[in-house]
Amino acid sequence: MPQIFPRWVNEIPGRLQLSAILLITLVILGFWYFGSPEYLETGYAPNQPIPFSHTFHVTELGIDCQYCHGGAWESAVAGIPSTQTCMTCHEYVGLEHETLQPLRDSWESGMPVEWIRVHDLPDHAYFNHSIHVNAGIGCVSCHGRVDRMDVVMKTESMSMGWCLDCHNNPAPHLRPTSEITNMAWEPPENHMEFAQMLIEKRNIDASVYCNACHR
Amino acid sequence: MSQSSDTQKDLLVKGNHDFASVTRLISDIPQQKTPAWWYIAFGISNILLAMLLGMVILLIWNGIGVWGLNQPVGWGWDITNFVWWVGIGHAGTLISAILFLFRQGWRTAINRFAEAMTIFAVMCAGLFPAIHVGRIWAIYWIFPLPNSMQLWPNFNSPLLWDVFAVATYFTVSTLFWYVGLIPDLATMRDKVKGFYSKIAYGVFALGWTGSNRHWQHYEKAYMILAGLATPLVLSVHTIVSFDFAVSIIPGWHTTIFPPYFVAGAVFSGFAMVLTLMIITRKLYHLEDIMTIDHIEKMNIIILVTGNMVGFAYAMEFFIAWYGGVEYEKFAFINRAFGPYAWAYWIMITCNVVAPQFFWVKKFRRHIGLTFFLSIVINIGMWFERFVITVTSLAQDFLPSSWGYFSPTYVDVLTYVGTFGLFFTFFLLFLRFLPMVAISEVKGVMPQADPAYYRNNQKH
Repeated sequence: MPQIFPRWVNEIPGRLQLSAILLITLVILGFWYFGSPEYLETGYAPNQPIPFSHTFHVTELGIDCQYCHGGAWESAVAGIPSTQTCMTCHEYVGLEHETLQPLRDSWESGMPVEWIRVHDLPDHAYFNHSIHVNAGIGCVSCHGRVDRMDVVMKTESMSMGWCLDCHNNPAPHLRPTSEITNMAWEPPENHMEFAQMLIEKRNIDASVYCNACHR
Repeated sequence: MSQSSDTQKDLLVKGNHDFASVTRLISDIPQQKTPAWWYIAFGISNILLAMLLGMVILLIWNGIGVWGLNQPVGWGWDITNFVWWVGIGHAGTLISAILFLFRQGWRTAINRFAEAMTIFAVMCAGLFPAIHVGRIWAIYWIFPLPNSMQLWPNFNSPLLWDVFAVATYFTVSTLFWYVGLIPDLATMRDKVKGFYSKIAYGVFALGWTGSNRHWQHYEKAYMILAGLATPLVLSVHTIVSFDFAVSIIPGWHTTIFPPYFVAGAVFSGFAMVLTLMIITRKLYHLEDIMTIDHIEKMNIIILVTGNMVGFAYAMEFFIAWYGGVEYEKFAFINRAFGPYAWAYWIMITCNVVAPQFFWVKKFRRHIGLTFFLSIVINIGMWFERFVITVTSLAQDFLPSSWGYFSPTYVDVLTYVGTFGLFFTFFLLFLRFLPMVAISEVKGVMPQADPAYYRNNQKH
């Protein structure tokens, strides 16, 4: 009987198996890496309607985070400052800046400035700023060095795994209440002792059950 | 001379066939012109398959509310159909693996056929757990994949074990079926005339030449796969039964479930093989190979497993009384006399009463009756799964949250549609593949005995 297939066909099944295994591994690793919030979302820094510089307001003028984002201490959201908050100063200063025109328009029309949200958790995740701030988590832990940002950028992935990293071991991220807004604070040598004391004193028990965040 | 006429009635292959005529009998089928009935059957199956597709799209588009599911019955026809189809899928591996290890020569006539049925039945079964999850786009979460949520599947859940059990069963059954097919695919490759059909069979025959080395590897691989498949016959339906037994619902939370489910699975699987076999042997004139003796042997297995199932029904009631748990007692009395009593008594009639006919040899060898009862048994087994799934959920601990399940048209048409899926594949199998393991059947013929020709020449 004549041969139907040439000899090199013998190689095909083995190579097919190898390619399939490689392909599946690559697809899984590809999705894991390129599909992660870490890859897709960190570094997000949209241009805002007003080029507000945190570097200037925080580092040079020394305005505290709470002046504009006071909600973080009492409520679930830290809050974006209203036009009124901006106008406490800008009714008197910076009148010559063209870039502040949207703010003045907002002041006159009563319609808020349409800031673009940078840190947006999915709706199925419940997050409360106040419990984190009052437990001793500093702003910088999640938002990065905002005091050095001319344009606000998302520095952390804010994926579920990232939340859990801290919830499983919060101690390294705790700090004294007085240092919450201090962007440059460095933990002292005996930080773990302090953190342990804080955990006991405030009864900090970061929850890791589903219902804590998915209510 | 006298020897051959004496043993004629014990022969597994009737009708004085030799090796060449057996090969011709089976390998001619895919080469003949497609019969008209095949086109009609395939057309109907395709319509049903298209309907299934439509129903699945409707389900995914609208959510599982299009089924009759609601509180308190969260599992209805979907899980009933799943367990039913998986159960049917049990006959294949039982015949191919366990009967192989026990050296039951009669399996050779039906193993290919039953294994194909198994694979297609498991495909129908696998559809239901996949589509019943509600958010099918997140179904890859059942696999332990690396992800940014640090989430793993719940390894404590029998529902997850089930995914792996059924997937393993499907993989091993398919491999087993395919490995067994290789020598016959090579026969087909050598027989067919067309260039493209030669290539098609040739690709899947993997260069089989029938050399001594090929046969040695083949026999080893087949034995290993049989060894691997044997525990799977028991494990799959054991784990399917854990879906129920590991929960705490009265009527589900029983230790008898694993053996009871396995017996029921073999029972329904053999019934389905018989239903299909009785039609096929007639249509393709394979009465010499799938003989009345085969039918009788299968009916004996049906009788045995049917009585095991009947015993389990009785035992459930006994334990419900003996255990003294009032919810358990209520669950079983409610099954037999509550709002689903109609389903319960259909189940008892079909599964316990019907197989009793097979105590009588005449009935075991009666083709018409066997065909009828094989269908009755599968109706009964469907109702068994329905009774277990739905009655326990509809009325459990709290009377204030009792309910009654009614299917919607989507439930019904989805179930009917799975027959379209099953028969589409099955008809393709009948049309294009050798439906009997040619090489294995030859192995159980007297001519395979090396002393056969010498002995016969003496006379």
